[in-house]
Formats: sequence, C-alpha cells, structure tokens
Amino acid sequence: MATNKPYDNRAWLGVLPVLLIVAFSAVIPLMTVVNYSVQDILDFNSRFYVGLDWYRETLQDPRFIDAFGRQVLFSFSVLAIEIPLGILVARGLPKSGVWTSILLILLAVPLLIPWNVVGTIWQIYARSDIGLLGVGLNELGLAFNYTSNPTHAWLTLIAMDVWHWTSLVALLSFAGLTSVPPAYYQAAELDGASKWQVFRYVEMPRLGGVLVIAVLLRLMDSFMIYTEPFVLTGGGPGNATTFLSQYLATMAVGQFDLGPAAAFSVIYFLFILLFCWIFYNSVMSDDNEAQHHD
Amino acid sequence: MTSVSRWVLVFYCIYLLLPLYWLMTMALRSNSDITGKFEVIPSNPTLVNFAEIFSNPIWYQAFGNSLSYVILNTLISICVALPAAYVFSRYRFLGDRQLFFWLLTNRMAPPAVFLLPFFQLYSSIGLFDTPLAVALAHCLFTVPLSVWILEGFMSGVPSEVDEMAKIDGHSFPYFFFRVFIPINRGAIGVTLFFCFMFSWVELLLARTLTGSTTKPIVVVMTRTVSASGLDWGVLAAAGALTVVPGIIVVWFVRKHLVKGFALGRV
Repeated sequence: MATNKPYDNRAWLGVLPVLLIVAFSAVIPLMTVVNYSVQDILDFNSRFYVGLDWYRETLQDPRFIDAFGRQVLFSFSVLAIEIPLGILVARGLPKSGVWTSILLILLAVPLLIPWNVVGTIWQIYARSDIGLLGVGLNELGLAFNYTSNPTHAWLTLIAMDVWHWTSLVALLSFAGLTSVPPAYYQAAELDGASKWQVFRYVEMPRLGGVLVIAVLLRLMDSFMIYTEPFVLTGGGPGNATTFLSQYLATMAVGQFDLGPAAAFSVIYFLFILLFCWIFYNSVMSDDNEAQHHD
Repeated sequence: MTSVSRWVLVFYCIYLLLPLYWLMTMALRSNSDITGKFEVIPSNPTLVNFAEIFSNPIWYQAFGNSLSYVILNTLISICVALPAAYVFSRYRFLGDRQLFFWLLTNRMAPPAVFLLPFFQLYSSIGLFDTPLAVALAHCLFTVPLSVWILEGFMSGVPSEVDEMAKIDGHSFPYFFFRVFIPINRGAIGVTLFFCFMFSWVELLLARTLTGSTTKPIVVVMTRTVSASGLDWGVLAAAGALTVVPGIIVVWFVRKHLVKGFALGRV
C-alpha cells in the first residue's frame, strides 16, 4: 500500500460489509476452539478446566515437533520452486492470441480438480507398476517406488504440489504483467535496457503486489496441506510424510481428543500467523524504504 | 530472458499435460483394467464410467448443488470486496493495516477442529443444509482473498484517474461504476476465477454444512468407494467433468485479463 494517501476515517464505511461478513464466520468458531483448548472434554456434559496443560503437552510432544519440522521443510521447498517457476511461466505466455486462451485454460485445469482427485491421479500416475511416471522412471533405470522409499515419497509429493499449485502463481503473475503499460516497454527499449533490467525495473514493480499475495497464499495453504498427502501416501512410509494437519486430524477425528486437538489447532494457527506476519512486515518495510529513497 | 521463459513454459506445459492425460485414460478404462495392467494408450476404451455418472441422479444433483453455492459465494465476495479494496487502495484510516492483515488470517485456521463450531453456529441460526450456509462459510476465505487481489491491482491505478473524473464533473457512483470498475476488469476477472475455484474445490466445510439433499460434487466424489474398493475409473471420469464449469469461467474472463488495464480509454 502506498503511503501518500489521504487520511479519512469515513473509509470505514467501505470496509464495513467485508468486516461484518468475515467476522460472522470467524469470531465465534475461533472463540469456541480457544474455549475447548483449555478444557478436558470427556463428553459435552462433563468437562473440566485444565488451563494451559494441553498447550504444554503439545509443545513437548515429539511427534508434534517432528511433524512441524517436516511441515516447514515441505512448505519452503514448494515455495522455492513454485514462485520462480510461476513467474517464468507467466513471462513465457504470449500476451494475446489463441495460444494465450488455450494456455490460460490449461494452467487453470489443475486448480479446478478436487483435491482428493489430485491425490488419486498422482497415486496412480506415480505407481511403479501401472503409472506412467512410475513405469517411465523405472524404464530409465531408476528404482523408483514412492510407497516404500521415504525420499521418493517426498519427491512425489513435491512434484504433485508443483503440478497442482504453480498455476496459481503463474495466473496471478500473468495478470500483473498485463497491467504493465506497453509504453513502459517501449521506453525501456529506447533506453537500451537489457532483458534482465526490463524484468527488474519494469516488470517487478508491477508484480510486487500480486507476488506478496501469491507467496502468502502458498505459504498458508502448503502449511495446511491435508487431502493430497492423505490420499497419495497416507503419511507414509512410516511417518515420513505425516504433516501437521494429518496428525491433527488423527487426534480430533480418530481419537476424539477435542481439548488437546484444539490446543494443537491454536498453536498451529499462531505459527502460520507468525510466518505470514514476518513475511508481510518485511515486504512492507522494504516498500516504505524504497519510497523514502525516491 | 524471454527465450528462457518460453522454454520453461513449453516444458511446464508438458509436465502439466502428462498427469492430465493419465486422468483421461483412467476415465476411459474400467476399474479392473486400470489396476490390472500398464498401458500408455487404452486398448479397450469404454464410456461406462461416464455413463454411470450421467445415469445416476446423485451426480448431476450434486453438480447443481455445488454450482448454487459457488455462484452465490462468488457474487457476495465480489460485491463486498470491491468497495473495500477501493478504500484500502485510496485512503489511510484508523487500523487499516491491522484490518487488512487480519482479513487474511482467517484463511489460516486448520479446519479439522474448526468444523464442529461451524456446524453449531450455522445450525443455531437455521441455515444448516442450505446453499447459503456454505456460501457464507466460504466467504471466510474468498472475501479476504478478493480484497487482497483487488487492492493489489487497484493500487496500481494512478489516483490521477480519480481526480480527472472529479474535474470532469462526474459523480462518485458514475466514476466508480463507469470508469473505475471497467479499468479494473482484468483484476475482477482474476478475482472471480479464484473465488470460484477455491469455493468449488473446498471439501471439509462443504461436507460439514450440507445434509443429504444438498451434497456437493466434491463430497459425492469421496463416496465412489464401493464394496469392491475404490472405483478409480468413475472417480477419474467425475474428476474430468468437475473442471468443466471452471473452464467456462476462465473462457469468459480471459478476454478481460488479456486486455489488462485499458487506461487509454478513460
């Protein structure tokens, strides 16, 4: 957000509908979960206040810590691939014509497939006996088997996430790139700017805003990934691909430990919040500095 | 750099197409055929999976159920997000940055435990098992997303545009609906697509808030497990069909997206 805007509190009228509609679904469920997290719930008629016991227990639980480590590794791996790849794909797209339409639709398709089907496609596609990818890799002489080898399971999950979500970054970036006025490119050409300089000084400033959204969305969603690994690997082999939400689901649904599961959720939520806040603030303060230099 | 991008695009498209091709071959094969042998090109293509879907009313009712709340959600999201994104892009006000960030924090709640209070909330106000319940619940993440995307693009529109309209003697509603929204139609197109997409594929809230009569397509899909195990063929056929409405949305917004910001027309 630019800083040279007029200050006017009547602007609240414009955000009021958004505030009401979001708060309606946000506040009560969150308060309810916080309420669960400080109680021992045997059933809904007998519950005891336990204070912060569940929080302490969760943070000391080695299975939580392991799942958290895997989660961080997974999220940062997919971000490191999807963001640069998405920008390159968006830059490679022609700006107009039939091919633009065809390619935009192709990019949109993985996003529109229900997540359990995405998991199913990759589950079969990567199988070393009946899947194109699995059989193909084995034909090339690689003993690929994602159901028994943890490294292969990881690589398959990352490959699936890249397949599923890079389009989101690419579509947002493409929309950002079409907002660069053609005159800017002409001016850069007259100045004899290199291709890298065009990217850095003409395209990047326009992409900044949408990239912040893309990074935050991918960070949040990859941190909460559940359905796809559940279908693809079921968390295995062993616990190699058990991420936070899967561990949480076994607690909340499998064992019906509502209190600990709620404390887990709150901690989980706060970690995502923390990562996003750090990223958002570092980007925004860069922005402010850049404006001071102008 | 441009040629690098072009090659990346070509390889990425192949990477995208291969699993999609596999989905199509699965949709055209019987279940025992899929699990029985490896075939690059199906030797006994069959339409039984599609026939199963088109002959069973559960499937097409589910399709209609999904569409009704997704369309409702997309309309609500765009309507409330447009004015909010505009004021975020044009004014500073008390708590603006906090509010802006808070909106997005609503996407961060891991669903497993939150489903129960959602169910209680919507049951207590009598909306359980209606498309409106799912549409409103999905607003929790589509509205913040819409505000963020629209704000990102609107901030890029110079405020001179607003001032010019004022100098020309146009009223604010005229400016907003006849000048500002047309300028931002690319951004609105992208936002529309993302609302539609996230609402369309969301499973957990949709499953929690619907009863037997309003089950959406994503929920019906998880039920292709029969006595003999998962029916891969029917699931693949259903998966291939579920992308169709979204493709139609992309087809309609693509023109606006490609034209981008038609600043010259103001």
